[in-house]
Amino acid sequence: MITEIGKYFMFLGTMLVRRESFKTYYKLVLEECVSVGIGSVFLVALVSTFMGAVTTVQTAFNMVSDFIPDYVISQVVREMIVLELAPTIIAVIFAGKVGSAMASGLGTMRITEQIDALEVMGINSISYLVLPKIIASLMMYPLLVVVAGVCGMVGGYLAGTLTGIISPNDYVLGLRSSYNEFTVIFALIKSVVFAFLVSSISSYKGYNTQGGALEVGVSSTQAVTSSVIAVLVADYLLAQLLLSK
Amino acid sequence: MIKIDNITKSFGEKVVLNGVSGVFEKGKPNLLIGASGTGKSVLLKCIVGLVMPDKGEVFYDERPFYASDRDVKTDIRREMGMLFQGGALFDSKTVEQNVMFPLDVLTNMSLEEKMDRVNICLKRVSLENSNKKMPSEISGGMKKRVGIARAIVNNPNYLFCDEPNSGLDPQTSVLIDELIQDISEEFDITTIVVTHDMNSVMGIGEKIMFIYKGQNLWVGTKNDITHSGVQELDDFIFANKVMRSLRQQQ
Repeated sequence: MITEIGKYFMFLGTMLVRRESFKTYYKLVLEECVSVGIGSVFLVALVSTFMGAVTTVQTAFNMVSDFIPDYVISQVVREMIVLELAPTIIAVIFAGKVGSAMASGLGTMRITEQIDALEVMGINSISYLVLPKIIASLMMYPLLVVVAGVCGMVGGYLAGTLTGIISPNDYVLGLRSSYNEFTVIFALIKSVVFAFLVSSISSYKGYNTQGGALEVGVSSTQAVTSSVIAVLVADYLLAQLLLSK
Repeated sequence: MIKIDNITKSFGEKVVLNGVSGVFEKGKPNLLIGASGTGKSVLLKCIVGLVMPDKGEVFYDERPFYASDRDVKTDIRREMGMLFQGGALFDSKTVEQNVMFPLDVLTNMSLEEKMDRVNICLKRVSLENSNKKMPSEISGGMKKRVGIARAIVNNPNYLFCDEPNSGLDPQTSVLIDELIQDISEEFDITTIVVTHDMNSVMGIGEKIMFIYKGQNLWVGTKNDITHSGVQELDDFIFANKVMRSLRQQQ
């Protein structure tokens, strides 16, 4: 375990030395942004919309006292979505979709000697292949979290108002009352950390694939598992560091 | 010229290369031959720096590779071209983009200059009309030829070919062999070919190194390989009936 963590940090160190020119990375980062960001928008929007809808219905179900005003439902939905569901649950989705794709892509390149071909050309393959993926993830994942937050609240609004659980006015009132902007900043900080963890761990697992097609699948699975564990640990540490009084 | 000196490599307890030394000459194909599992590919990987040897040094025209710092190693590597066993073409790029790749990343040439160079190399390997094809759309032999075009596009001083004939029919194998030989002579580059194909050995084996159990057992040419007097080499060469009957006829 400690050896593996050491190798991971050496991998990250190698990524930062002997880099290619800016124009090389510019194009690669844009390509990765399309793949990582645009390619994930639909899934993120879908998941977060339903997440918001379900959270609204379940929160309303648990509000058993008549003394609690209805707008508290959307207040709870807002806090849950912004603080936890958008950055963390979407990170798990992100690991499953983008992380596994990164790992399997790099794993396939490894077993078909494409990575060796880069090395023989005198190109730092880690820097060339992995750095653009990490930069693109750092740029796109916070945007996906913002999309998830908005879609989650819209999903909650639709579920709440269309079923008569809460009136539109109460829902909007709840979203606006007792708003603390630090929760959004906290969500964005988490999103940057999670993006780095998912993209770097998945790339590390994929890059170090050894064997054949079966091992590419194993690397992909390991990438998702390790990324999710790292995200959950980081989630707790960040909450402890930034939210504890 | 490439000189290897006392290359030793073990994986765990298993000694794969045991002090291999030798010289690979310029302007001709130098063949590394031997049965599967004798360490040919590991030796090639040690030469190009993909596998770090436990002991020994590789000299590229008197420049030590492993004793050099990272920048010198990168400079030496940028003088290399390599044809991999499976072609190692980038799946997401077209034939043209694959061949242009080293120029894109390693040079400041204009698009026009790069296109000219790519077209020259593709013509050299007889693939003039395949620029826009994807690797998945071309045959194994064509992939090898694209691999050769990519390997020579940046005017390398050293060309390495890892089993260039594997998976190819005999006619295509001969074409690839002749191409490698012609390119080595035409561009005066040091070429190392790993193979266990006896047709290649007899066709382009101007300098041959026989690797057996991780050691360099014999060095010679295709003209004297059949009467080397080395039992292990004879066992390797005359493993099939055709070669045995040829020997009896001699």
